[in-house]
Amino acid sequence: MNLLAASATDLVRLLESGDVSSVDLTRVFLERIKSCDTAVHAFASVTQEAALAQARELDELRAGGKPVGKLAGVPVAVKDVLCTKGQLTTCGSRMLASYAPPYDATVITRLRAAGAVLLGKTNMDEFAMGSSTETSFHGPTENPWDRQRTPGGSSGGAAAAVAASMASLSVGSDTGGSIRQPAAFCGVVGLKPTYGRVSRYGLVAFASSLDQVGPLASTAEDVALLLEVIAGHDERDSTSADLPVPSYGELLSEPLQGLRIGIVESHFAEGLDGEIEESVRRAVAIYEQLGATVHPVELPHSRYAIATYYIIASCEASGNLARYDGAHYGHRTDEGRMLEELAEERRLLVESGDADGAEQLDGPLVRMYRRTRAEGFGDEVKRRIMLGTYALSAGYYDAYYLKALKVRRRIRDDFDAAFQQVDVIAGPVTPTPAFPLGERTDDPLSMYLGDLYTVSANLAGIPALSLPCGLTASGLPIALQLQAPPFEEARLLRAAHQFQGETDWHTRRPSLVEES
Amino acid sequence: MREQPYEIVIGLEVHVQLRTRTKLFCRCSTEFGQPANTQTCPVCTGQPGSLPVMNRDAFQLSMKTALALHCQIPEFTRWDRKQYYYPDLPKGYQISQYDLPMSCDGWLEICDSQGVFDPKRVGIIRAHLEEDAGKSMHDETSGRADSRIDLNRTGTPLLEIVSQPDLRSAAEARAYLDELKLLLQYLDVSDCNMQEGSLRVDANVNLHLDEPGGVIATPIVEIKNLNSFRAVERALEYESQRQYEVWLEKGVKKGDIPKQTRGWDDQLEVTRAQRHKEESSDYRYFPDPDLVPVVVTPDEVERVRATVGELPAALRLRLQEEYDVSEYDANVIVNQGRDFVGYFVEVADASGDARRTSNWIQQEILRRLNELQMSIRQFPVTAAALAGLVKAIASGELDSSRGRDVFGRMFEHGESAAEAMQSLGIVSVDAGSLRSLCEGLLAENPRVVAEVKEGKQKAVGALIGQAKRLNPNVNPSEVREICLELIAQQ
Repeated sequence: MNLLAASATDLVRLLESGDVSSVDLTRVFLERIKSCDTAVHAFASVTQEAALAQARELDELRAGGKPVGKLAGVPVAVKDVLCTKGQLTTCGSRMLASYAPPYDATVITRLRAAGAVLLGKTNMDEFAMGSSTETSFHGPTENPWDRQRTPGGSSGGAAAAVAASMASLSVGSDTGGSIRQPAAFCGVVGLKPTYGRVSRYGLVAFASSLDQVGPLASTAEDVALLLEVIAGHDERDSTSADLPVPSYGELLSEPLQGLRIGIVESHFAEGLDGEIEESVRRAVAIYEQLGATVHPVELPHSRYAIATYYIIASCEASGNLARYDGAHYGHRTDEGRMLEELAEERRLLVESGDADGAEQLDGPLVRMYRRTRAEGFGDEVKRRIMLGTYALSAGYYDAYYLKALKVRRRIRDDFDAAFQQVDVIAGPVTPTPAFPLGERTDDPLSMYLGDLYTVSANLAGIPALSLPCGLTASGLPIALQLQAPPFEEARLLRAAHQFQGETDWHTRRPSLVEES
Repeated sequence: MREQPYEIVIGLEVHVQLRTRTKLFCRCSTEFGQPANTQTCPVCTGQPGSLPVMNRDAFQLSMKTALALHCQIPEFTRWDRKQYYYPDLPKGYQISQYDLPMSCDGWLEICDSQGVFDPKRVGIIRAHLEEDAGKSMHDETSGRADSRIDLNRTGTPLLEIVSQPDLRSAAEARAYLDELKLLLQYLDVSDCNMQEGSLRVDANVNLHLDEPGGVIATPIVEIKNLNSFRAVERALEYESQRQYEVWLEKGVKKGDIPKQTRGWDDQLEVTRAQRHKEESSDYRYFPDPDLVPVVVTPDEVERVRATVGELPAALRLRLQEEYDVSEYDANVIVNQGRDFVGYFVEVADASGDARRTSNWIQQEILRRLNELQMSIRQFPVTAAALAGLVKAIASGELDSSRGRDVFGRMFEHGESAAEAMQSLGIVSVDAGSLRSLCEGLLAENPRVVAEVKEGKQKAVGALIGQAKRLNPNVNPSEVREICLELIAQQ
């Protein structure tokens, strides 16, 4: 059996029956990473020894008849935005290039407790800011389907790792589409859960009110399996919901008969790629065959979603990233050189008779902050910190931040109204398939506009799922987005699972896999 | 008081460290004086990905304080980020409360029993909860010196109590601080130790001048670095005089220049302008998305209100009304704290003589407590024992001066009043033997008898001294009474 092509659910069965050991399975995936990842570059770091040690321990537990967790032995990759104790957690940033946190994120603790074997940390846009994984300090990740193209972002590494069979499951984070868009570009299933469904403790914050951790996998069934492990209340996260976690896996096969699907016609307006429109409409037709009914719905404030999102996310980011100042951890500028430079500048000013100028020079502390942040952050991160700092400044707060909060409320109300009429909303994930590397790096606005269909779910806090539903003529994955009311992940997973029962898009693999 | 050509207007901001076991947003201990950076965790060191979770105990202590300050408690309050860079602030922002504080619109009454100023209610604009920063230890004068940061204090709950600018003199400011500190101690919400930084004060001050065109205000100055209540008084006195001189010299009014921050130099006893850069901050407050707003139910407010207990102002009145002590004495007793009041009440109730109790407590006990730097809880003479002594004096069994001897014995040996009297050989002299002792004295002192008969009643004093020498247990006033009676009968 091709272990690399097996689903995580299958792997669990194989491990349980003893057909394969955790160590052997881990080795298979580590080998795969070794042979593929120099090209794809989905990983920021691979924790080979720790993974093998974990696998050995699990094999011993099983041999001793001890109980093991739901994911015991399944190889999992984790986005480099989740803190792993004593292991590098870089967030794709020079600022944290050598940062090893003193603690595990709650999601990591839960994965370990469930026996998941952590293979390593996946590449991402710096601090999760970006839609192409090109802003990473480690360099870009390539799309396994077409290595000239981006895997999407910011969880590009997590999506590419699953697509290229370098991990059976992966964990990403989604602030404005960062799980769904790369899942769409890489042909895997990605779920952004309801805000509060998964603990954010240990998720390095980009925009706290929008960030959510979620699973990526080849099948809806695997996504359900992983979500069951990572979801649930956490007393370390005040914003996590104190609600029981359903057995997602057991609910997958409930019939879709009578499911009301909402379609937002404006999602199919100008700007949407023709092949994507066609595939999405075909996918909706399949749901009709499964007994669903289709209804038009409106989300009138969605057209303000991008602007609203980039204000709120940037404001929160400007605060969240203030801690990276070189004082306590992470990158710090070369102080010796900094002090020499300062002395030199002062000397020049004094010599030129500019005593005021010399007086106005920043002190060593301020200069340390400035240089540390100038060196440690990339352009996109700086751009958003500046946007957020500006929008929160005295005199601008009401016009930008406060206004954005009000629009956010309207966007949420639109969804509430729509979900009075329908059970899920279906539409595209992205306006285009995976775009070429470098195409949008000099045009931030075009990059932002690509988030058109995904940011609303974050603003509204609702769950949304990206599901492979086709390939373009040139062989690039196309995805369907399904959105549901808060805490209705089970509904999304059920719909996705049954779609996969009728179609085989999720079984397609990029040729990268077939070659090996 | 000296007539001044201006009125001083003062508002105080007091930061109080709340007495919680753990910090405001994590579970680290708040204990003072531990080795640097040993009471820290990912949350209070601002590690990436860490999240704050509110300590409900801290919130309830704040509410208790706010209720004692007669504040309103809104049903809904939230947390904001106050953003600025400093090495002792590891997140780059302080979690505080900006436009929806947990309490507002209260007051605290201050009075002066010596009448330096009239009693008044000082308005409380708000009291809000926030996290403390860490401590920087460095030499600010040398640019190259290494700074060291201790984050043990980071995240300790601080209640910031902001008064209205209702105070009109340094003495009023001092009285406000004394009364506030007393209140906090009665509430047992803080140890109020200024040395350890658990109570900190900033003062906002300016002058109102009566000019021909109307009242003119001088620019408001915030004074920082006030390390004791005494420093607050001195700084306010200095600063008001300084502002007056600057006004005379330059005529700058409020609104002409931005609010200035000055630091108090305790050695030189002057305020000094702090660098402009440090004061012109835009904190870019915004609601902290990591924390949920706090919803306070009326039930919870009532539950906390029930824990407030009897406060100094009410106690002072009760002592005056129920125990008939003077306003001054009530002040002295109440200002010593709740335990001391309890001691007084116990002695007064058991002895049935509140006034005498009040005198004894203020003269003998307070003096010894101060000398020994002791609290009333540690004092060796129990309330029951003191009540015994007060009773003995009130009944005439002991005179005051013998009473002090007995008290000394009680204090040193922990004896009851009866035991101490016995140890000192004090027994009451029965009426018969006292009478025969007096008859003997009169027989031996015909001159005294003659003088008394001539109308010089004072002369009998000479007999009292002799009587005490013959028997130290005689009561001088009884000796005097009996002798005069016997002479009159002759």
